[in-house]
Amino acid sequence: MRINLKVLKTSTFRLAAIYLTVFAISIGAVLSYVYWNTVVLLQDQTDNTIGAEVQGLAEQYRQRGLSGLLEVIKDRSKENTGSIYLFTNFVGRRMAGNLNSLPVGAIGKKGWFEFPYAVRNQTGREKHIARAFHLELAGGYKLVVGRDVEERREFAGLIRTALFWALGLAALFGVSGSLLMSRNFLARVDTIAATSRTIMSGDLSGRMPVTGTDDELDRLSQSLNDMLDQIERLMSGMKEISSNVAHDLRTPLARMRARVEAALRSDKPKDQREALEATLEETDRLLATFNALLSIAKAESGEARVGFTDVDVVDLIEEMADLYEPLIEDQDGSLRVHTDPGTSLKADRQLLAQMLTNLIDNVMKYGLDPKTGQPHIELRGERTVDGITISVADKGPGIDEKDYDRVTERFVRLEESRSAPGNGLGLSLVKGVMKLHNGELQLEDNKPGLKVVMRFKN
Amino acid sequence: MLNPSKSLDETVLAKHVKRASPMRILIIEDDLEAAEWLSKGLAESGHVTDHASDGQTGLDLAVSEPFDVLIVDRMLPKIDGLEIIRQIRAKGNKTPALILSALSQVDEKVTGLRAGADDYLAKPYAFSELLARVEGLARRPEVEPQQTVLVARDLEMDLLSRKVKRNGQEILLQPREFKLLEYLMRNADQVVTRTMLLENVWNYHFDPQTNVIDVHISRLRGKIDKDFDTPILETIRGAGYMIRAHQP
Repeated sequence: MRINLKVLKTSTFRLAAIYLTVFAISIGAVLSYVYWNTVVLLQDQTDNTIGAEVQGLAEQYRQRGLSGLLEVIKDRSKENTGSIYLFTNFVGRRMAGNLNSLPVGAIGKKGWFEFPYAVRNQTGREKHIARAFHLELAGGYKLVVGRDVEERREFAGLIRTALFWALGLAALFGVSGSLLMSRNFLARVDTIAATSRTIMSGDLSGRMPVTGTDDELDRLSQSLNDMLDQIERLMSGMKEISSNVAHDLRTPLARMRARVEAALRSDKPKDQREALEATLEETDRLLATFNALLSIAKAESGEARVGFTDVDVVDLIEEMADLYEPLIEDQDGSLRVHTDPGTSLKADRQLLAQMLTNLIDNVMKYGLDPKTGQPHIELRGERTVDGITISVADKGPGIDEKDYDRVTERFVRLEESRSAPGNGLGLSLVKGVMKLHNGELQLEDNKPGLKVVMRFKN
Repeated sequence: MLNPSKSLDETVLAKHVKRASPMRILIIEDDLEAAEWLSKGLAESGHVTDHASDGQTGLDLAVSEPFDVLIVDRMLPKIDGLEIIRQIRAKGNKTPALILSALSQVDEKVTGLRAGADDYLAKPYAFSELLARVEGLARRPEVEPQQTVLVARDLEMDLLSRKVKRNGQEILLQPREFKLLEYLMRNADQVVTRTMLLENVWNYHFDPQTNVIDVHISRLRGKIDKDFDTPILETIRGAGYMIRAHQP
């Protein structure tokens, strides 16, 4: 496994290393606790046993004298209880016991000590460690009482080994595991970085790999992909808008240029005046288009939210009705208004009004009753469960359902309406204003006619 | 603001304007060509103009000499248009000021009016619109707020009883028609554009694409002019409408 330095810098590796350290410390703590408890407990037990024997022997000595003591030691030495006895005279010669001579460690010392000694078993002799108490009696006699503690030592050794192995294995698996994890993580991050470089170099169709495990990297990739989808949509929208703008502005400019050129060639003042008037009209139309584009851009950017105030929807709709009623009546049409009382909205009043005039203007241009040529409009402002719905409906020819999405795009004009004046921006502004207000724009079949429904959430 | 369906007819306008008293107007505008056309148009309408091409010169002129109206571009070198108006107002100078701006947003307009400007017009504008507004500004002080009866020839409007009479004969108006006529009468003898009507009578700051205002005017006309020989509410072609206070 080739260890890349980058692997050691990953957050996964750092986290794994921290986790490993904490884990090792806790293993060590648990094992040390077990070790100390058991080993110390066992040693206490040994010491208690030895202490009890020493007391028992001292009792025998007091009651039965030296000979009694020797007899007891000899008896006990014969039993294979794991206890060690030695009784010597003042020169150190053995008088009783199962130990040959005073161990080197005991010479000149009194009290507790540990020493190695040889034990005979089936296979031969082997060295054990014993723990003993060394007592000097009156007259230079020495008594050593001890017990074999080999088992206890072995047990302590086992625990120590277990401790080292546990720590060692934990470290080994931890380090290699975290290296593996980091490498895996790094590989995926590297893929994401590589993909983003491809995207930055201009290929907007590239997407981050998603493994399908729905882990945090997958979720990150997924949200990056969603962001890229949105960017791609906006970019292609922008491209389309730019080419539409270019087309829709170039056409009238070309017309104007041709007209001015012709006027310059002509020497009749009447022709020139007419050309100038037509040019002025064309310029005004172009400016209106520009202003509409700016309004849409402003609405879509969301900066207008600062100017939001409480707008009374009933007032707004009634004002619109008041503004348009004479015009509609002049054309023998009808305007019906329905409003739920007390409906108000946090909104930009001017933009809402402009949106409604755009929709009413649209009816006057494209939504006339096909049989009679009259505008029939119904304006509604209704309170719903979770907000307010404003709608503008007509009895005109309506729009084919497949065109519902298309007509709200900038400069899109349907074949049927190309002959009527307009710039194809009216519904785009409506869409932009709805977006600004976090509302929802929906076109519906009014059977017959078109119903534009604007839903605002509370 | 702009009315694509109507073309500017300056001869008609000039005929009316030349009757009005000439005004001295200061144009503070850094676009020299725009300033020149503006000057020319105002001069043809019978007014005298001065021009300053930067904010400092404009401010100095505005405070040192008497003008009837100031036309101030929003963005200027040295001192910004809004700042000029703020400083002039701080000195107690109440000369009516119109802000011109390439920024057409409604909130821009509000900022302009807060700074002390009296009106706001987005660039590009129709000259007729500008002229109507400039003349409206110059006349503003003449209208007394406490006036309760407005009179134009034989037309009388009582603002308290909300009654309108022509030649002593009462005319019944809808509330909106009353507001419309009130605005026209308060601005008698000057051209009122469609945009000015939408702004002041309906309080909306954008262009409806259809001729909604025209229909309101013709309804009003149907009530105040129908039974009388001389029409009092005139259409100024290419510009707007006007009520004459006196027999021409």
